[in-house]
Amino acid sequence: MKLHSSNAAGRKHKRWRFHGGIHLPEEKDLSNREPVQDAPLPSQLVIPLQQHIGAPARPCVAVGDRVLKGQVIGEPQGYVSAPVHASSSGVVSAIEPRAVAHPSGLQAPCIVIDTDGDDTWAKLPEPILDFKQADAATLRERIRAGGIVGMGGASFPSSVKLNPGADQPIDTLIINGAECEPYITCDDLLMRECAADIVDGIRIMLHVLGAKRCLVGIEDNKPEALLAMQQAVVLRGRESSSSAPIEVVRIPTLYPSGGEKQLIKILTGKEVPSHGIPAQIGIVCQNVGTANAVADAVLRGRPLIERLVTVTGRAVVHPRNYRVRVGAPATGLVERSGGYRGELAKLVVGGPMMGFRVDGDAIPITKAVNCILALSPEESPDPGEPLACIRCGRCAEVCPANLLPQQLYWHARAKDIDKVQDYNLFDCIECGCCAHVCPSHIPLVQYYRYAKTESWAREREKRAAEHARERHAAREARLERMERERKANLRKKKEVIAPKSAAAAGDADPKKAAIEAARKRAAAKKAAAGQVIDSAVARASDAGTASTAEPVADQAGGTPKVQLVASTSPAQPSRTDAPAKRESVREPVSEDQD
Amino acid sequence: MSTGSFVSSPHTARVNRVDWVMLQVCLAMVPGTLALVWYFGWGVLINMALATMFAVSAEALVLTLRGRPVLPAIGDYSAVVTALLFALTVPPTLPWWLTLLGMLFAIVIVKQLYGGIGYNPFNPAMAGYVFLLISYPVAMTSWLPPDVPELLQARDLVTLSFMDSARLIFTGALPPSLTWDAITAATPLDEMRTLIDQGVVIDEIRQSPLWGDFGGRGWEWVGNWFLLGGLFLIWRRVITWHIPVSFFAGLLVMAGLFWFLDPQTHPNPAFHLFSGAAILGAFFIATDPVSACTTRRGQLVYGASIGALVFVIRTWGGYPDAVAFAVLLLNIAAPTIDHYTQPRVFGQRRPAG
Repeated sequence: MKLHSSNAAGRKHKRWRFHGGIHLPEEKDLSNREPVQDAPLPSQLVIPLQQHIGAPARPCVAVGDRVLKGQVIGEPQGYVSAPVHASSSGVVSAIEPRAVAHPSGLQAPCIVIDTDGDDTWAKLPEPILDFKQADAATLRERIRAGGIVGMGGASFPSSVKLNPGADQPIDTLIINGAECEPYITCDDLLMRECAADIVDGIRIMLHVLGAKRCLVGIEDNKPEALLAMQQAVVLRGRESSSSAPIEVVRIPTLYPSGGEKQLIKILTGKEVPSHGIPAQIGIVCQNVGTANAVADAVLRGRPLIERLVTVTGRAVVHPRNYRVRVGAPATGLVERSGGYRGELAKLVVGGPMMGFRVDGDAIPITKAVNCILALSPEESPDPGEPLACIRCGRCAEVCPANLLPQQLYWHARAKDIDKVQDYNLFDCIECGCCAHVCPSHIPLVQYYRYAKTESWAREREKRAAEHARERHAAREARLERMERERKANLRKKKEVIAPKSAAAAGDADPKKAAIEAARKRAAAKKAAAGQVIDSAVARASDAGTASTAEPVADQAGGTPKVQLVASTSPAQPSRTDAPAKRESVREPVSEDQD
Repeated sequence: MSTGSFVSSPHTARVNRVDWVMLQVCLAMVPGTLALVWYFGWGVLINMALATMFAVSAEALVLTLRGRPVLPAIGDYSAVVTALLFALTVPPTLPWWLTLLGMLFAIVIVKQLYGGIGYNPFNPAMAGYVFLLISYPVAMTSWLPPDVPELLQARDLVTLSFMDSARLIFTGALPPSLTWDAITAATPLDEMRTLIDQGVVIDEIRQSPLWGDFGGRGWEWVGNWFLLGGLFLIWRRVITWHIPVSFFAGLLVMAGLFWFLDPQTHPNPAFHLFSGAAILGAFFIATDPVSACTTRRGQLVYGASIGALVFVIRTWGGYPDAVAFAVLLLNIAAPTIDHYTQPRVFGQRRPAG
């Protein structure tokens, strides 16, 4: 069986290597021997409003409403968002926070539907069969309306990813069929069983992006999937010869070749810039599941309401793949797989390398959940107490981002957030290779997640401080301006008054003399009365400045903000707490210089 | 479901363990150790046993004083590796109390006072060795001759039995009717240095029965057996090739250059390679992960610098062998080298740093 590129007349596609990576026990044959089964329709669906990156959907149904299969029940809010649909017909019984598949273990808003068992379809949008005649915006709108998000795990809204903008022309569409995580086989089975749909989805996305070619990367431990995809490409190629070439590339099995940046490197030799996105180098990467969903949405008008899920691990009786409604509880899938057997060490959502542990299976399947992994104690033994790092460098050897994980660990442990960023913490993809090979069993990924969270928190603080500083500067400028204006006004008034009084003096000399005489009398009286009145006159003559000076003085005694105002004025340096305040403002600036 | 604290991914079984790493290092020392015992007698084994006992006891003592769990730290066998490496580098007749002193210095001061395994900037075994070499130069340079009949006859030397070695180590008493001169001999590096300093040309020096095919008789074979162990370590991926290969490159390039310029006052590069602790040092000592460089390019710089320094100290320095000094000097430079040799991170144009 020859498994190299099919439509390029036997020419083998060049493949590149990324740094590091590890070979893991694949464990794929636990679950990929049986065809996909349809999971039974549960009596209740719990559909989270946020199943994607971006703003959560807003419910557009009320408790008690009857909904139909495929009906929109949550509308997207904003550009980076996605709608959610009822995955079967029934009655909305609650809209409330429920347990969801999330590492935090927190609840999230969900729409609960008591299904009626009829599974009646809502009226679906018209299929767009001749998608080549449709313009990209129409197709993108359909993909958005279908609630399609990246199904490889990140669940970023696909319509956004398919709209890189005119300034980023897309040359290559990369389809991720690598499925490099051990145990998971849902993409494998999808490619085996729905290759034609995937290829249709690819062609639609090629059209939307205007890309010149498509590369499908599949690890060589999935020969059936490779063959099915190659055949589908040839078949579809015959039907329409005008499309951009689609090439199915067999890539070596090496974790994490299914990481977006790693797969792009393997297939094109290009590296996505650090902190950048693939579109910057003319590439868009989508998962095979997403391609399949796109075909469903465009060619059949069906929204994303079901997906393939692998239920596997040695702690379930019958590991296999299911076609599952979004919102169906994982409990039903585990039951369908014969339940647990032996001791369950860990229940994981996703794969063993990057998935997260959940406390129980009472969580709904979402668009992003690809695997429910029940690990036995033998498969996931307790790594024990971590020992000290001996700097052996195995972690650096296997790091696919070519980082120095031991240095990251060192600085993360010391909570030295600057240093840990200097060592490119944010290029870490949390693939877990380093922790897997660490002889000291240090939970390295956990340290990096901690350091990232700390960095974000500090970034927020920094931004808040920056904001406060800007506000302070603006306030200072405003006060200064007001002071200037007030003085200017005063000057003007004086200018207006001075000539008037001069003129008055000229006009009525006798009057002035009378006033002068009265003053003198008064002065004499005053001298008799003593010094008291002197000060009163002085105060009256200074009343103009004193009246505005007073509030400033008041405030100076009040909030620290205004003390800062005082401190910045050279005339009256306030020594109270101004230095400390200044330092806290200065700190972020010095960071920028670093 | 286990009740352990939440630990993030990966959820796989870990594939490496520190104690396995250390045990493989011990295993890799076996061929070289046997060769040393073959040529230099039982003293080597007695020293190894003593050093291990002292090192492990010292580590347990300090950990107890520091209030740290003792068993996990003892169980990583790192103190054993330190002790064995130390015992392989000291003369086979070293008095027991010097071994004790060396191990106390290595484990208590160099390792534990800096925070224990993973935190020591210097290689403990080499620091202990250098400490003794500076403080007790005579005892530390009294090497036995290799047990090669031609050599023993030519120099009128005898070898020591197990009991003789033990008595010498524990009581300092020589076997009856023997003098130090009858049981010790200059090492090839010593002899080479002394004779070159006296103006003897290499061709004449090489006439001596001390010389084998490329290094000192006996010594060269010890080196070969350590080489075998080193290759085992690379095969088992306990170490990578970078430090040993660059070490040899640094040493051979320097030695080759000067040998090429003047072959009568500079021994050939093979002599440097197979004398003293070059091979042991390259595979077992310079590769100590805690005190070495961790970046790949850094390891090349580190290894090559050690190799070059070994040649420099051997040729112009005050000591006949130089591996320990060179390693310690580069230990302190390792963090700086690491800083300037960070790899280019995926997606970045230039390496950071």
